[in-house]
Amino acid sequence: MSANIVTAIYIAASVLFILSLGGLSNQESAKRAVWYGIVGMALAVGATIFGPQVAISNILILMIVIGSVIGLVVARRVEMTGMPQLVAALHTFVGMAAVFIGINSELAPPAGLIGAEKIIHEVEVFLGVFIGAVTTTGSIVAFGKLAGILDGKPLTLPARNLLNLIAVLVCVWLGYMYLNHAGIWTLYLMTAIALVFGAHLVLAIGGADMPVVVSMLNSYSGWAAAATGFLLGNDLLIVTGALVGASGAILSYIMCRAMNRNFLSVILGGWGTVAASAQEVEGEMIATDVATVAADLADAQEIVFVPGYGMAVAQAQSAVSEITRRLRAQGKNVRFAIHPVAGRLPGHMNVLLAEAKVPYDIVLEMDEINDDFPSTDIVIVLGANDIVNPAAQDDPGSPIAGMPVLEAWKARQVIISKRGQGRGYSGIENPLFFKDNSRMLYGDAKSSLDQILASLP
Amino acid sequence: MKVGCPKEVVAGEQRVAMTPDSVRQIQKLGYDCVVQSGAGSAAGFDDAAYEDAGAAVVKTAASLWKQADIIVKVRGVTGTEQKSLRDGQTVISMFWPAQNPDLLDLFKAANSNAIAMDMVPRISRAQKMDVLSSMANIAGYRAVIESGNQFGRFFTGQITAAGKVPPAKVLVIGAGVAGLAAIGTATSLGAIVRAFDVRPEVAEQIESMGADFLMLEFEEDGSGEGGYAKPASPEFIEKEMALFRAQAPEIDIVITTALIPGRPAPKLWPAEMVALMKPGSVVVDLAAEQGGNCDLTVADQIVTSDNGVKIVGYTDFPSRMAAQSSTLYATNIRHMLDDLTPEKDGQITINMEDDVIRGATVVHAGEITYPPPAPKVQAIGKAPAAPKPVELTPEEKAAQEMAAHRKAGQRQFGMLVLGGLFMLLVGAYAPASFMQHFIVFALACFVGFQVIWNVSHALHTPLMAVTNAISGIIILGALLQIGSSNQIVMILAAISVLIATINIVGGFMVTRRMLAMFQKS
Repeated sequence: MSANIVTAIYIAASVLFILSLGGLSNQESAKRAVWYGIVGMALAVGATIFGPQVAISNILILMIVIGSVIGLVVARRVEMTGMPQLVAALHTFVGMAAVFIGINSELAPPAGLIGAEKIIHEVEVFLGVFIGAVTTTGSIVAFGKLAGILDGKPLTLPARNLLNLIAVLVCVWLGYMYLNHAGIWTLYLMTAIALVFGAHLVLAIGGADMPVVVSMLNSYSGWAAAATGFLLGNDLLIVTGALVGASGAILSYIMCRAMNRNFLSVILGGWGTVAASAQEVEGEMIATDVATVAADLADAQEIVFVPGYGMAVAQAQSAVSEITRRLRAQGKNVRFAIHPVAGRLPGHMNVLLAEAKVPYDIVLEMDEINDDFPSTDIVIVLGANDIVNPAAQDDPGSPIAGMPVLEAWKARQVIISKRGQGRGYSGIENPLFFKDNSRMLYGDAKSSLDQILASLP
Repeated sequence: MKVGCPKEVVAGEQRVAMTPDSVRQIQKLGYDCVVQSGAGSAAGFDDAAYEDAGAAVVKTAASLWKQADIIVKVRGVTGTEQKSLRDGQTVISMFWPAQNPDLLDLFKAANSNAIAMDMVPRISRAQKMDVLSSMANIAGYRAVIESGNQFGRFFTGQITAAGKVPPAKVLVIGAGVAGLAAIGTATSLGAIVRAFDVRPEVAEQIESMGADFLMLEFEEDGSGEGGYAKPASPEFIEKEMALFRAQAPEIDIVITTALIPGRPAPKLWPAEMVALMKPGSVVVDLAAEQGGNCDLTVADQIVTSDNGVKIVGYTDFPSRMAAQSSTLYATNIRHMLDDLTPEKDGQITINMEDDVIRGATVVHAGEITYPPPAPKVQAIGKAPAAPKPVELTPEEKAAQEMAAHRKAGQRQFGMLVLGGLFMLLVGAYAPASFMQHFIVFALACFVGFQVIWNVSHALHTPLMAVTNAISGIIILGALLQIGSSNQIVMILAAISVLIATINIVGGFMVTRRMLAMFQKS
């Protein structure tokens, strides 16, 4: 296959990737879109393997086969609630691959580079390895936090911003040394610092901000791929990396806007340390029981579920789906209100509800449903907390002040399914739980819902 | 200790302070229950039901008063009961201490305790024993039912073969508990309901019950202490009357519930309003006991005005639904006993440090403790007044929009200039091959931005999985390096191929799985 044909195939692959991302604008075209991506990827990899620059070897085929098998097994095994962890883990691979490729490129540099081209190549190697290393450890830590292996609380070292700054400055200095041919040790040392830097960066970010972190790492993995493309002079890598990088950046931006927070302050961490000025909440939480909730549901006409991360943890989505099906069969209007940052991944709740066969046309976004709460009979909050916290609107001293929230408290009655009396992920007291029209349903969300299902008429 | 429930002696009172259900609950607190024979008969609870629940039934009030250490009642202590009161006895009832100072003296003389259910402070912790709310709820419901009894038409509008029936128009004045209950009942019967209150913050509650809030354009907040209204200024009343005058001719049923604590009921529906109403219309005055909101109201009677409007002045709405009101009242009492018995050992402890108990206790161990000091917790958190948005004229709005546009334009221009300068800088130094790649990179970023904005929120997780899979394109780099003669390079490249493949296959497969799940109903 000649180099020109390979380039032609790369163009086709780029177009297919763009179509693939564009196709995700709605559920129906999305199913087609994923095939565009698969075909694009197959074309790109095939063209490269059979292209003039690569000699097919046993080890190459072996690695691809093993990798495919592992990928297939993992993709089949993973629980839908485990999606955030999986995505974070996969980012690690991209980052690691970027590091390896960059180091390889230093060990065996392409021939015939002189002057400015050589310097640019070296900058590209250095940048590629840096981004790759940050992505790698950042993703590992994110994976640890999402999988519950690491503590979800932000690690706030004293002077952490200063530490970060020093790490970056040292890397810049090492880069300067590297360009002046101080030796490959500069590259290795920078890699080590970048690895620590990446881990520290994500360790300092609290659990509630994880959706932003995951999409930010997604973005980084894209930029790492683009940097690799520059150093190898491969346009397809550049295009794809830029697409992924842009996509992750926009997702992070959309989510920060949904939380009314500054992107930089999320990335630099430190939520939950400023709750001092929040208003005290008074009153008491009133508990209810399964039988009452079932009776209330039977009487209600307009019902809205507000799922949160707790639903994912308790694996309660199929119980919710079954209740929804039953209630809808009785002619009730049952809907779901999804906050943009519910769960630990953007769109996490939608995926879980889809898995449980909840039709997507009754799953609504915050803006679509917020006006309907006053005419709703019952809102059932399933393991969500901050996203229904009225303090975001009422209390200017609250750490989440100004964050748009689902106005669940405007409904006639709010039932909050919750494990215990503890606070949410961000550690803020929620005045909703103390409102007169709120009832607390303590216990595991799944077992509570199963019992409600059993007592529904 | 023994808790006793006598038969009410006030004529017409049908409620009872203890039900078989509450007897069971009170026993769990360690008390024994005694009920006077026939105490619950008017409310539909016979002696046998009490005995089944475990209460002892005694024949006469006298023996009950002698046996019981705690007496629970509905209406104060009247007539012969006053003589039966013993030293050290505790009576839990509605006392209205402000209106009945004599009663307090009686308790003082007898060296006993009086706990007034009507004095329970209105804080959220005490809602479970707030008899005023539970009785007002019933009164509001019953007011609508009584008005329907007097009203000659349907509530709901109907179009039938025999002609068209217009829906009844109901006006509820005062949106406290009773008012809101009346609104709820009238709307569910199908009437068109409007409501008025001097406290603007209840507008949301009124609308949540399905009524239209009649807005009064006036700069005065009528909210007083404890969630009640306070007296209004003459100018305000003038405006209010004008509003009612406009409503009166089309309203079929008026339900007035306006009360101001410690004062006669305000005259909100004067004779002139009644004169404006259509014949056959009904006014139900829930404030009749405090003198009535309507000029023509006569307590405990229905009077008909000259133009054929009926004015219902009953004062015993809760008692007219004795079964329901007794159940709720007995539950309130039971909650009070619960709070009075922290150890659940059948021994009453009047803890004067507790805000709720302090507020309700009007005579304690022979000492009058009314009025109580203000509760430590504010009843209803007052929302800080929101700054009013300034109304803008169209010109101002247009000017603002222009300014915003200009600002956005300036920002965009600035960014373009900066970006352009950066490009020039790169172009001045970088070699041609780099610039070619750079063009591709910059354009791909733009395409990425444009495409991603359209992705629906629900698909963000699949989007991340897809972009993740696509970022596995980094495999190309590894593929190009795997043939290297350098051993280390070869090994690192091989590992990269492996992990990038996991990424690609895993990412695409999991996306496919996710998308396959999305389905329409």
